[in-house]
Amino acid sequence: MSISTLAVLALNILLAAVIIGLLRAFWGASLEDRMLSVLLIGTGGVAITLLLSFALAAPALLDVALVMALLAAVAVIALTKGDASDD
Amino acid sequence: MIESIGWGLVFVGIGFIAAGSVGLVRLPDLYCRLHALTKADNLGLGCICSGLALLFGQWIIAIKLLLIWLLVLLTSAAVAHFIARHVLDKERRK
Amino acid sequence: MNMLLWNLFDCVLALLALVLGWRVVSSHDLKRAVVLFIAFGLLMSLIWARLAAPDLALAEAAIGAGLTGALLLSALRQQPASSESPVRSLMDVYGSLVLVLVLGGVMAWALFAAPGMVQGSSSNNPIYLQLEQSGVSNPVTAVLLNFRAYDTLLEIAVLFCVAIGVLAFGRERQHVMPAGPLLGVLMRVLVPLLVVMSSYLLWVGAHAPGGAFQAGAVLAAAGILLHLGGMPTLGMPGPLNLRWLLIAGLACFLLVGLATMLNGASFLTYPQAWTSVLILLIETGAVLSIAATLVLAYRGGGAPLDQPQGEGSHEERL
Repeated sequence: MSISTLAVLALNILLAAVIIGLLRAFWGASLEDRMLSVLLIGTGGVAITLLLSFALAAPALLDVALVMALLAAVAVIALTKGDASDD
Repeated sequence: MIESIGWGLVFVGIGFIAAGSVGLVRLPDLYCRLHALTKADNLGLGCICSGLALLFGQWIIAIKLLLIWLLVLLTSAAVAHFIARHVLDKERRK
Repeated sequence: MNMLLWNLFDCVLALLALVLGWRVVSSHDLKRAVVLFIAFGLLMSLIWARLAAPDLALAEAAIGAGLTGALLLSALRQQPASSESPVRSLMDVYGSLVLVLVLGGVMAWALFAAPGMVQGSSSNNPIYLQLEQSGVSNPVTAVLLNFRAYDTLLEIAVLFCVAIGVLAFGRERQHVMPAGPLLGVLMRVLVPLLVVMSSYLLWVGAHAPGGAFQAGAVLAAAGILLHLGGMPTLGMPGPLNLRWLLIAGLACFLLVGLATMLNGASFLTYPQAWTSVLILLIETGAVLSIAATLVLAYRGGGAPLDQPQGEGSHEERL
């Protein structure tokens, strides 16, 4: 199997794995379950972006993964910390 | 040789992330799910990062990948704690 | 085989975006909708990454996922809590349906009527032909700050209007909670990292994906993080100096434009030797203004006047 086929195969499997978790988090209707979906698509998204940067030979996507990891963390902190006083 | 090791690591990592997703579907309560998600996914991401570092074969990219992984480790450990604390506070107030 | 797998990947991503978007708009609880919207922003960033558009992926990851989520949450907090979902009449539903169909039709028409795209980095693409004279080697930055600098100037002006609006109407959120030990440690690591990342994006924008908007959003994320950790002044300067920050982007842009006019060229036509320096100057001003505006929008305007000014930068106080 050629390298590019392996890469896109890996991408497909990874996306499927993330989607399985995401669907559970969508229909588990509690607020925290949905926060988990952000966490999942944060980590899984970083993994997919890294693989994409290899598959498309675009090293600039590594910066995208870095920003994604940083900003997803800030968003979840805003979700959990922002309203502790009035929730 | 190095390439096959790299791909092996990538697919092992994907396996861990898949395991985390299965845990998210199957486990009974939110604390367990949090546990499955943050632990398995981070291990998976670590495997993928090291595999890709071998595949890219440039030290500057390897350092960047290591940085990304360390960052995700730090933030997701902390964020998991925040979510768990959020749920706990909510349950206590009820 | 290869193509088939890529097509499968693309279709699944597109379908997921549709499903996620539907879940966002069909959610009755606004806060849950915001949480899903953050996930949607991350997904959009993935899609841009797949389309090999790292500039947009960066912007979407920074602005769409992180900052818009935080801004929507802070807007939600000022909303009076209402338990019943708003009543929708049939008129509303059909009205918005017609509106969406018209909008979709216009966009589809625009897509088909668009001038033919020139493929990739081929030698007949006008942007790549002029790139050497633009002072930067990243085509996106060349378009934004050299070839079509007017557009960007107007965008910065719009942002400035936003800042004025926030200052005039927004109410500052009073209560900030002190950071717990864990958040304190996380802030000590993340805030410097975000500041470094922002400067990196600003610098790298000249020759690789990055640029002022992405850098400003990342810097603003540092400010929001400080606010969440109970730093009421966000490490921002006092009200008077803050106003200087808010106008920095527009002022840099206009001054550079006027200077080029005094030099004898037309507005914003940079002299060849100075191009990259001037672009970096404009972008630095824009980063400061964008970050200050976004943080101001999160916190609400009307900075308290009784607070002592010049408490030092946030790094010192941490």
